Amino acid sequence: MSKSVLRGLRAAALTGTLVFGSQLAIAAENPVKLGVLEDQSGDFAAATIGKVHAIQLAADEINKAGGIMGRPLELVTYDTQSDNTRYQEFMRRVLQRDKVDVVFAGFSSASREAYRPIVDQFNGFAFYNNQYEGGVCDGHMIVTGAVPEQQFSTLIPYMMQTYGKKVYTLAADYNFGQISAEWVRKIVKENGGEMAGEEFIPLGVSQFSQSIQNIQKAKPDFVVTLLVGTAQASYYEQAASANVNLPMASSVNVGQGYEHKRFKPPSLKDMYVTTNYIEEIDSPKSKEFYAKFKAKFPSEPYVNQEAENSYLAVYLYKQMVERAKSTKREEIRKVIAMGDVCMDAPEGKVCIDPKSQHMSHTIYLAKVGADHSISFPKVWEDIKPYWLGDAGCDLTKKDPMAQYTPSNPPPKP
Amino acid sequence: MDIATLAFSALYQFGDAFAFLVLSACGLAVIFGMMGVINLAHGEFIMCGAYVTAATVHAGLPLPLGILAGTVVSALVGVMVELVVIRHLYDRPLDTIVATWGLSLIATQGTLIMVGSTMAGVGTPFGSFQVGAYSYSIYRIVLFCAALGVLACLYALFNWTRFGVLARATIQVPHMAAALGVDTRLIYSLTFACGAGLAGLAGGLYAPTMTLVPTMGATFIMEAFVTVVIGGADVFLGTAPAGGVLAVVKAAMTSWQGQLFGQIGLLVAVIIVVRVLPKGISGFVLRERT
Repeated sequence: MSKSVLRGLRAAALTGTLVFGSQLAIAAENPVKLGVLEDQSGDFAAATIGKVHAIQLAADEINKAGGIMGRPLELVTYDTQSDNTRYQEFMRRVLQRDKVDVVFAGFSSASREAYRPIVDQFNGFAFYNNQYEGGVCDGHMIVTGAVPEQQFSTLIPYMMQTYGKKVYTLAADYNFGQISAEWVRKIVKENGGEMAGEEFIPLGVSQFSQSIQNIQKAKPDFVVTLLVGTAQASYYEQAASANVNLPMASSVNVGQGYEHKRFKPPSLKDMYVTTNYIEEIDSPKSKEFYAKFKAKFPSEPYVNQEAENSYLAVYLYKQMVERAKSTKREEIRKVIAMGDVCMDAPEGKVCIDPKSQHMSHTIYLAKVGADHSISFPKVWEDIKPYWLGDAGCDLTKKDPMAQYTPSNPPPKP
Repeated sequence: MDIATLAFSALYQFGDAFAFLVLSACGLAVIFGMMGVINLAHGEFIMCGAYVTAATVHAGLPLPLGILAGTVVSALVGVMVELVVIRHLYDRPLDTIVATWGLSLIATQGTLIMVGSTMAGVGTPFGSFQVGAYSYSIYRIVLFCAALGVLACLYALFNWTRFGVLARATIQVPHMAAALGVDTRLIYSLTFACGAGLAGLAGGLYAPTMTLVPTMGATFIMEAFVTVVIGGADVFLGTAPAGGVLAVVKAAMTSWQGQLFGQIGLLVAVIIVVRVLPKGISGFVLRERT
């Protein structure tokens, strides 16, 4: 008796909520729903909390200015805890239960490859707003982060000209580090240099005495550091205290983890990073963005490249939806195929490449000084994400939903 | 490259691995090895020590005093944790896993929310020195000496002082110790605080060399547990030789094949030792083989 009453009550409560929920949705004029899956805790949090804040900032601005096609932009945010299985869980949840129109997700490449099959399976639409090792040819994905042909094809030749041709790579031991190291190897070889050595460090390792000695033994002209996560960042302090004193080149440091702010000078002296945005960039657009960011989040420790990627991605999405007059992926991809989805971002002008659905960038070479101040010895404007398109990925014609690398390029037709 | 350079570099790498293993483990050796509390929040005591050290150094204190402050604060936190949580779980070792795991989650997330995602480092003192083709950090030698010092102090504390005798008696046969007039609650409390303080000391000592983030404890915990597990119940006779054996394996494997193999070698060594000596190295030394 009491059981059935309870069940009835529960059912009433459930339907009540459902009715209430749908009424709310109508009241909110059918919002455009944006899922945000980013690491707000765990090993990657330092680099990624800013992404969430950047998305909030862009959403606030857009909602104040009337939303997307008159519809408000609603964020559905989950903390993925730097944990790949959380990405899979929450990706299913936002796609199936929350029924979002688009998802902004992922920091590490491992997490992206963990959730990407789910996006493909449920026919979702995801933005990966992170620099990475390149090669994702998937119509369900838009990548606004920089890729190796943008970061390494600029950085490595510059370093080889400036410091010499013997290169040592110290990389995180997972797909990002392995594939990025392959890119470094390839570019070093193309430029007539030689690899003095390579070591892959498991994620979470924080003690580097032996690695430091291996580097000293190999006597390279500079070290490419592709270390990921806060534990591995301990390398800089330990290398500096052992007086390694070699220039460093990276696609991930400073621009993501603002190591130059976290460590005491001069541990990051002579670190060179190619990034499409960091808060030190001294242009009116950049300063305006930085000021807006700090006004909304005064205690933000650093506005990094992923924050900018995420911020501009919201505006790009707005533009694409408004031009497509729909949030449907197929309609949006028709707009992308026109090849003129561009915007004036804080970094400069950016455009989406229809073949790979990656983005062109202004690439800044940031140099860390002995006092950890940043200077920009060189800027490359409008560097295109050309590799996938040249290698044979053309999403306007075919969607293989795969990731390619230099040693595993797209199959020739 | 001459032999002396090679020998020194091997010795340095051994000392470095040894210091990390011993300093990570000695707090846990007291809490888990001796008291039997499976303390999954060990890493967070280390983090607490590191954060307090960094904060006090930023506030203007010299580093040694900062490390002392980190140790003391961790010990005080240990007293509180013992009083509120651990005290009720001495007879339920499996429940301590859940309780301390919960504590570790609360501590990590609480730090993230209150202090932020990172804390500025304090910089490694002392600079470097050169032997042959290699340059080394002087601070790593300090860490090695600190590890030896901590082991010596622990030996002295538990063997030569009244507190040490009472602590060992209390943990071996609590009701007998109580019958002889020992305040066992106080002894438990102090012993737990001693373990937490040692964890804080490890955090303080490593704070200048590492990234200070709420999750930093996780990088210590694996090494800490394996050292204590193969060390066995005796703090000094277990931790010291266990640290030595594992440091040799880890340093050799890392220099031969890199960090990944260093970790694999470490874990394989642990499996072999646990298989051959179920009571740990101290059990073997004390002839407690089963």
